Amino acid sequence: MTKHQHDFQPSTNSQPLLEIHDLRTYFFTRDGTVKAVDGVSLTVERGQIHGLVGESGCGKSMTAMSILRLVDKPGRIVSGEVLFKGEDLLKKTRHEMTAIRGKQISVIFQEPKSSLNPVLRVGTQLIEVLRIHEGKQRTIKRKDAVEQLRSVGIPDPDRRVENYPHEMSGGMAQRVMIAMGMACAPDLLIADEPTTALDVTIQAQVLDLIRKLRDEHEMGVILITHDMGIVAEMADIVTVMYAGTAVEEAPTVELFETPLHPYTQGLIASIPVMGQVKERLEVIPGNVPNLIDMPPGCRFAPRCKARIEHGLTRCEVEEPHMIEAKPNHFVRCWLYEGES
Amino acid sequence: MASYLARRLTLAIPVLLGILFVTFSLTRLLPGDPCRSALGEKATDEICDAFNDRYGLNDPIYEQFRIYISDVLHGNLGESLKFGRPVTELMVERLPVTLELSFFAMLFAVTVGIPLGVISAYYHNSSIDVGTMIWANIGVSMPVFWLGLMLSYVFGVVLKDTPFWLPPTGRLTAGQSIEPFYVAWGLNVDGDALTLPGFIANINTLNALLVRDWDGFVDAFKHMVLPAIAVGTIPLSIIARMTRSSLLEVLGLNYIRTARAKGVREMGVVVKHGLRNALLPVVTIIGLSLGSLLSGAVLTETVFGLSGVGRILYDSITGRDYTVVQAFTLIIAVFFVFINLIVDALYAYLDPRIRLE
Ligand SMILES: Nc1ncnc2c1ncn2[C@@H]1O[C@H](COP(=O)(O)OP(=O)(O)OP(=O)(O)O)[C@@H](O)[C@H]1O
Ligand code: SF4
Ligand SMILES: [Mg+2]
Repeated sequence: MTKHQHDFQPSTNSQPLLEIHDLRTYFFTRDGTVKAVDGVSLTVERGQIHGLVGESGCGKSMTAMSILRLVDKPGRIVSGEVLFKGEDLLKKTRHEMTAIRGKQISVIFQEPKSSLNPVLRVGTQLIEVLRIHEGKQRTIKRKDAVEQLRSVGIPDPDRRVENYPHEMSGGMAQRVMIAMGMACAPDLLIADEPTTALDVTIQAQVLDLIRKLRDEHEMGVILITHDMGIVAEMADIVTVMYAGTAVEEAPTVELFETPLHPYTQGLIASIPVMGQVKERLEVIPGNVPNLIDMPPGCRFAPRCKARIEHGLTRCEVEEPHMIEAKPNHFVRCWLYEGES
Repeated sequence: MASYLARRLTLAIPVLLGILFVTFSLTRLLPGDPCRSALGEKATDEICDAFNDRYGLNDPIYEQFRIYISDVLHGNLGESLKFGRPVTELMVERLPVTLELSFFAMLFAVTVGIPLGVISAYYHNSSIDVGTMIWANIGVSMPVFWLGLMLSYVFGVVLKDTPFWLPPTGRLTAGQSIEPFYVAWGLNVDGDALTLPGFIANINTLNALLVRDWDGFVDAFKHMVLPAIAVGTIPLSIIARMTRSSLLEVLGLNYIRTARAKGVREMGVVVKHGLRNALLPVVTIIGLSLGSLLSGAVLTETVFGLSGVGRILYDSITGRDYTVVQAFTLIIAVFFVFINLIVDALYAYLDPRIRLE
């Protein structure tokens, strides 16, 4: 069974593939504590593409890296739960985590060319994943790598398997990354801005490929992007992040039709109407607050026009909570809270 | 890859000619009179004239240079002004000692230095890292001469009669000898043809391996341990520091994140994905530190009573023994050009992007 992209219904009886509860990842730097991820909760079902959007620096990548427990020092996951198939990844041993990475959860990154090791042939890098996780040291051969390359639509895979990353284009390298990510048929694929570095036609091909693989393998996908156009096209459900927190979550159609959070409204208003994808979301005036000295109330308050229009006073004092304003539509904003 | 190396090889020729020219000029420009250095202050003008005639020193400089180059190309490095013996003979005697010492010193520096750097980077900012780097910093500033004396004192004198004793001087224990391989193999060599076999036979450890004389090998090797440590300590420290910093830099790159995300174990990430990329600057440093290694070897030979090129080079320079100075400088330069070629080849092996240039 393959789900159509926009008719997602959260299943209530079966366990979700991934459930993140109130995740917090901080960087303890000399200048202070950078709260890169500060209270993110989200759920990913099998066969679902979960979009994660927000401006640069809002903590999207760190959320993803926290799932894999690959946050570099001085960063540390300070609290929360990452339930993958019901088990908390934050409680796994290092050894158990290496067995999960690349096998059950894979990532593809934004800059495909620099994400591949420049001194190893792409074939070698592909075979490596299989050898680590499938354990068949000797039986895994070049032809398996060729097959993987073929499955992501790389032309002439027999020759390409011998290439070094610098001999490939960005789009080709991203296909290799995807092939590597898909090699062990993971349950969850995290795509961190997979197309940002690619030109538009290649971008569409790569997105198509991700969607196709999702359909074939029933895998869950977290699609990180700051491009609302991509979200609209790809995601079943969307979480909007702002300054380290999730501010809104809703099924894609619902989110685009009735965005609740003033930040989301700004984001959607910033989408150019006729085709042509935008590079950056810069239409909302003002800047993301410093993640070290977060304002005490709502993080969006300094940039929020709705606050003034509605004459809300507690925005700058008290942080709003994530509430279910409508069925399956969550938002963190005082406009919808406490007005019973 | 082959064409890349061929190009490098071609580039080496003008370099060698240049070196030939520079050393030739430098020695001629040095103040001092070769005749009186060789024959003593009392040598008369007539005697010196004959001396200069004999060694071509009365010819115009450019003529001397032309003759010199032509001689070198014919494998004739001339005769020592002081000893009256062919320079090649001196080389066969002395050079193997220095080469053997340099080789073991480098082996020590590389096989200990790189792992130390890796461990340090792996345990970045831990006490292991800090401790290793403190030692590396001490090592870099260690005076070779002093270290040599200390080592020979501790291992040769203090630890005498313990299993840790190591010979503090010489190349072989008195009475021990290793049969030259060309004799053992029944090769019939003599005279001029002896040069190369003689040279090889004079590298004691190699010769011992060739004739499968294990006792001889162990003995020769033991004599190399202390001098090799003394000479190798500075390059070891440099290599360890370079490996660490280069590796730390590489470990922050995107493809390392990819490797971790693939499920590669941390050691595999560091060694397989990190180290090979981090080795490029380390290889450069190794090539460069050969210079300090040679000068260290020259100094250390005296401490450990090894008769390598150190002493003879010093004597030839002070004694204006032009031919010897030129010959050894040339050999050292050839050695460096050769090392540079190896470095280039290693580069190309380590980084596929270089092969294409
Ligand atoms: N090593 C670090 N030290 C301190 N702060 C860090 C470090 N790495 C990341 N951060 C902080 O974490 C925050 C979130 O970073 P993250 O990479 O998750 O952003 P992002 O949403 O993925 O942005 P982008 O769209 O630019 O990729 C950033 O604002 C950054 O300041
Ligand atoms: S809580 Fe207040 S400041 Fe924050 S988004 Fe809502 S209205 Fe704006
Ligand atoms: Mg990011």
